[in-house]
Amino acid sequence: MDRSILRDVYSQNQLQEQMTWFWFNHFNVHASKANLRVMVGDYEDRALRPHALGRFRDLLEATLRHPAMLRYLDNAENAAGRINENYAREIMELHTMGVGSGYSQKDVQELARILTGVGIDARPLTPRIGPAHAGDLIRDGIFEFNPNRHDYGDKVFLGHVIRGRGFGEVEEALDILAAQPATARHISRELAIYFVSDDPPESLIKPMAATFESSHGDIARVLRVMFHSPEFRASLGTKFKDPAHYVISALRLTYNDTPIANAAPAQGWMNRLAEGLYGHETPDGYPMIAAAWNGPGQMETRFEVARVIASGGGGLFKTDTPGAVDRPARPVLEPVVNDAGLGAGLAAPTRAALAQAVSPADWNALYLSSPEFMRR
Amino acid sequence: MNRRSLLKAGALTAPLIIGGRAFAAPQSQSRLLIVFLRGAYDAASVLVPSSSDFYYQSRPTIAIARPDEANPKSAIPLTDEWSLHPAFRETLYPLYQKRQIAFVPYAGTDDMTRSHFETQDTIELGQPIQGSRNYGSGFMSRLAASLTGDAPIAFTAQVPLTFRGGAPVPNIAIGGFGKPGVDDRQAKLIQQMYQTGSLHQSVAEGFAVESAVYRSLGSEMMAANRGAVSTKGFELAARRIGRLMKTQFNLAFVDVGGWDTHVNQGNVGGYLSGRLEELGRGLAGYADEIGPEAWNSTVVVVISEFGRTFKENGDKGTDHGHGSVYWVMGGGVRGGRVVGDHGPVTQASLNQNRDYPVLVDYRALMGGLFSRMYGMNAGRLGTVFPGAAPRDLGLV
Repeated sequence: MDRSILRDVYSQNQLQEQMTWFWFNHFNVHASKANLRVMVGDYEDRALRPHALGRFRDLLEATLRHPAMLRYLDNAENAAGRINENYAREIMELHTMGVGSGYSQKDVQELARILTGVGIDARPLTPRIGPAHAGDLIRDGIFEFNPNRHDYGDKVFLGHVIRGRGFGEVEEALDILAAQPATARHISRELAIYFVSDDPPESLIKPMAATFESSHGDIARVLRVMFHSPEFRASLGTKFKDPAHYVISALRLTYNDTPIANAAPAQGWMNRLAEGLYGHETPDGYPMIAAAWNGPGQMETRFEVARVIASGGGGLFKTDTPGAVDRPARPVLEPVVNDAGLGAGLAAPTRAALAQAVSPADWNALYLSSPEFMRR
Repeated sequence: MNRRSLLKAGALTAPLIIGGRAFAAPQSQSRLLIVFLRGAYDAASVLVPSSSDFYYQSRPTIAIARPDEANPKSAIPLTDEWSLHPAFRETLYPLYQKRQIAFVPYAGTDDMTRSHFETQDTIELGQPIQGSRNYGSGFMSRLAASLTGDAPIAFTAQVPLTFRGGAPVPNIAIGGFGKPGVDDRQAKLIQQMYQTGSLHQSVAEGFAVESAVYRSLGSEMMAANRGAVSTKGFELAARRIGRLMKTQFNLAFVDVGGWDTHVNQGNVGGYLSGRLEELGRGLAGYADEIGPEAWNSTVVVVISEFGRTFKENGDKGTDHGHGSVYWVMGGGVRGGRVVGDHGPVTQASLNQNRDYPVLVDYRALMGGLFSRMYGMNAGRLGTVFPGAAPRDLGLV
């Protein structure tokens, strides 16, 4: 967790880090289920970050082959004759096409059959497979495709007949899902909600989805369409920050030149703001719209967090080693804000309140609490 | 007649003035708490269809044993058809014996997506299922708008969909609540910065509710410091909610997660059983904390987005289903019964050979409750649940 937060704050590749967070949230897993805590770091670093700006189809398969996902959505338990359709449903509903986009309960059941045998095996010994399917076994770390657990019957999925033959069925199903126009729209819309607007207009979604389809899910190209759009330019300074954006941006502004020694307090603040890292219990991920984060209780908590970040304390400069003492920094934000050209855009009430600050820490707290700093 | 006690027992004290909304001594005589079990709780493990041989055939490893006085792990008989999970023996069962809780089987929505998120949204919005949705208009927000003297609050870390739209409703993450960290001078300056923008009301209410709740819970916190019985988890949250709804809030929402039991849900002593025990302790603690007088004017409705498969799956768990069982509790509720006469559950009574049907629409059920509790006519109810006729199940 520390590593993830430190990257968010200090990485030179900010888009990569934001997209890594976005994809984690899109393909969400919850660290507190089963033994997922030991896997989520690997999931983020090896399944998500390398593909964060790559091809959606590769990303989709990387998540499918990661034990964190297979455990979280129970596909590790999905076997012929003992169907568990949890993962199959969420792949279509959340990861690709989106709910209400035209698939049926029957499609969910057929995809669940296709996914039988896709699971986890931490035992060192290779399982014994009957001669008919011995060549179909796949092992990669603790990921395993086990033919003994697979349903080799033919399936009909989204109108395609999929011949029963092992993991090739999974590849074919992922190809079909990644190429669905519904998937292009669903992903484009989620990206636009994350970066541009709570209710992105059709004029933005349409060209993004078209590029998604024509480029076969090239994420960087879809993002380029979005960043060059007039809608994106017009949105700057208006999108309400979710708690992760809020905490990370406050740390970036305040401690850019004074690297923090401990990221655990930041995780604590995100937890208090109800958006803890790896902490969303259900597979839908955190919502990305303002209404989910700007309620009265949430604003008040945000001001409390602002005050701690502003004071330089809160344990950011206390290492984990025994006997370590906190050496609070003394951040002075006013010149930083002015040098960055942020002072000029402040509204009159904000300037009036800042003028009444009684100390640098007070000024910091008020600036980090201002309506301008709540938006990006 | 229980409606009378609901109407009489409205003696509220400790006025509370909050900018933007009339929080001072709520005028409405009835209190309502909606408890949303997110994740689709397994209704057949709570209200056990113990007269059904088909139930025991369908659930070889996770069924709750038929009532048997010699076996403390067996279900507690309620009616000829239905029994209660033994995790509730010390908590909800006494309320049932006092006729303060009713169970409504086969309740839910017409939404057949079997998607948690889609169906939770459906319920929280309370709009007709056909047609496009307005995510800026939840049914509890519309209910608040149609009442006078209401003091709404969400006991959640985020403002839930059901309370969005209309005037901002305060939210408090009640379980982890502590001393406010922003002093009065800073609070005043911060409110100045927000005096003109769209977040003005949200910020003002945030500070006001925070300090009011802190004042109200102060005595409890001091008591805890003196070594009073410490509670945690949902029971702590529910007791605090009871304390706050006794005097300051009368229209509230809380959610409890962790019900999506696809794998190894267990029967008695397993995972689900532990969740149910905590829930039961919380709800009984709420009734205890709000006190007998306020309890008489309180209605608690426990809901969930859908039920689960009637048959257990290959992993000793259950998958997404349809119909659920809702609970209605309160001092003035006509409880001690299971609503409706459906006969034992059989294969033929299942929906799509998979799960419970929905015979009682949640909007009809709640509409029926609201019309009695608040004296709402069809026109006003229509603004809360457009296009859904209320159904009076005689619960209050």
